[in-house]
Amino acid sequence: MCHLKNKEKLVHVTLRESSRRAAVISAASLPTQSRATCLQRGFTTSTQPLRSDNKVTVHFINRDGEKITVKGSPGDSLLDVVIDQDLDFDGFGACEGTLACSTCHLIFEEEVYKQLGPVTDEEMDMLDLAYGLTDTSRLGCQICLTKSLEGMVARVPESVSDIRQSGDGSS
Amino acid sequence: MFIVSASLCAVCCPKVCIVGAGPAGFYTAQHLIKSRQDVEVDIYERLPVPFGLVRFGVAPDHPEVKNVINTFTQTAQHSRCSFYGNVNVGTDVSVKELQQAYHAVVLSYGAEGNRRMGVPGEDLAGVHAAKDFVGWYNGLPDNRKVFGLSTILFFILGQGNVALDVARILLSPMDMLKKTDITQPALDLLAESRIRRVLIVGRRGPMQIACTIKEVREMVNLPDTRPEMVAADFKGIAEAVKEVPRPRKRLTELLLKTALDVPTEKEQEKRSKASRVWGFRFFRSPVEVLPAPDLSRAAAIRLAVNRLEGSGEGASAVPTGEVEDVPCGLVISSIGYKSLPIDPLLPFDSRKAIVPNTMGRVQKTAGVYCSGWLKTGPTGVIGTTMNNSFDTARALLEDMDSGALDVSSAKPGSQGVTPLLEKRGVKPVEFSDWEKIDNEEIKRGVAMGKPREKLLSVDEMLHVART
Repeated sequence: MCHLKNKEKLVHVTLRESSRRAAVISAASLPTQSRATCLQRGFTTSTQPLRSDNKVTVHFINRDGEKITVKGSPGDSLLDVVIDQDLDFDGFGACEGTLACSTCHLIFEEEVYKQLGPVTDEEMDMLDLAYGLTDTSRLGCQICLTKSLEGMVARVPESVSDIRQSGDGSS
Repeated sequence: MFIVSASLCAVCCPKVCIVGAGPAGFYTAQHLIKSRQDVEVDIYERLPVPFGLVRFGVAPDHPEVKNVINTFTQTAQHSRCSFYGNVNVGTDVSVKELQQAYHAVVLSYGAEGNRRMGVPGEDLAGVHAAKDFVGWYNGLPDNRKVFGLSTILFFILGQGNVALDVARILLSPMDMLKKTDITQPALDLLAESRIRRVLIVGRRGPMQIACTIKEVREMVNLPDTRPEMVAADFKGIAEAVKEVPRPRKRLTELLLKTALDVPTEKEQEKRSKASRVWGFRFFRSPVEVLPAPDLSRAAAIRLAVNRLEGSGEGASAVPTGEVEDVPCGLVISSIGYKSLPIDPLLPFDSRKAIVPNTMGRVQKTAGVYCSGWLKTGPTGVIGTTMNNSFDTARALLEDMDSGALDVSSAKPGSQGVTPLLEKRGVKPVEFSDWEKIDNEEIKRGVAMGKPREKLLSVDEMLHVART
């Protein structure tokens, strides 16, 4: 793909940076790639210092059904928000926003889903592998915040482990 | 007044040992450390280097998939986690000795073996397991054997993502591969290869193909190649695809389009100029690998022609009685990895090639758990392994809380193991030693215009680690 070279470089840099960071256990890691996605898609982001009225409120429903309300900036992806706000969703964003996994799978209400814009083949290919796929599912690393999404609700779906109950341990 | 802190810590610190430093091991460790502030985790790894299949399995041209290394690195650097590389559990230390030193042992050593085809001629020169081929281009020290790539036609048996990775690496243009972390010896050999045609063969039909759409799309878009399918293999598929779930539908539609549609002008131009060909072949099972007249190597493959019984994911391949002999010099069998038992005292299910377990708790063996492919069999992407490992960690934590796992008495942890290793002349590689290897590989990579140039032998790795 045309962005491969840049991604490789970012991965290299990311790895070096992370090994210098203080150990913070989190299943999601750096947002570098994810923000790059929103910018690459030509999304206009403000380069001015952020003011409080420039924030977008997002509600996440976690796997226990609890509602968590946070704020993000226009141009942030939902994965960026999860990481920046230190939201503790097990295993979220394993590939760091590079469309190489489906762990940032989120489910939206119909009305919100329609506002989220077109899905690329690349995103759809990875989304197709997500557990509990619905017609209003998207990958969080590909959804960029805009003011019009103010108050949106995103549900974190159950991962395989919550449902599977195989008695003999085999799949 | 006596100092109690040291002994109190020893009493209250549950100590867990994890065997295998791949995704399963790291995700299990991560979840344990995050969930309880007193758990200490030691990860033992056979090789001097961590990360398992993320390093040795994921294709060189899929670097984004390797981003999980960042979160594993954070885990390894946590104060309550220690990495012990170059320690072979089973030969350098027994599982029993680990059980004595730790409150719990988690087996996460994955699948080092290959599923055999079970056909005559399987061991002839020219027949290889995909796992060994992947290990070769990814620099696994066990797979330094050189592959002969002088044949024009390659058969790959099996149509999972591993098969597609092999096909793609065999057919990728050099200017794409040379910027990846593929090993230099593999790159040199691929540059000289005469491969022109790769056929990826499956027992069943297009709607049962095991690979995923991203990998198929990569083949379709691969520069300087053109697809070649058999139209008859797709009879009835366009109708059948209408009723299936979206993931299967999209994948099948891509196959149909690639196989049957009239190409666009641009695509037609690409195809007419392409120097390499790839294709899927369906409804074929290997029944024998036929030797050359001097019996030294494979010369042809005998394939049974199948028909499908049933439909959808559960359809089965039934031989029709017809066979085909196809000349070919190189056969890669990509029908699955296989776990191996490392200790005769542990239960092992040879039929499924897994450690028998219930939700990650090894059957009939208190205090021993398993996660990853060893637990469920060798299928699934890193995300699958992640959930699987979190599950096992939850079961272990549950057992600690309920008392099913007794953590009330002190255990020595690594202090009970390192003296044994020392006595046996085994010197573990610590995570900071791996970082020296990591830095050396990156440094060598810079000189080659690659993300890293991997060290290829255990000796070399240990040499850099000890410097």
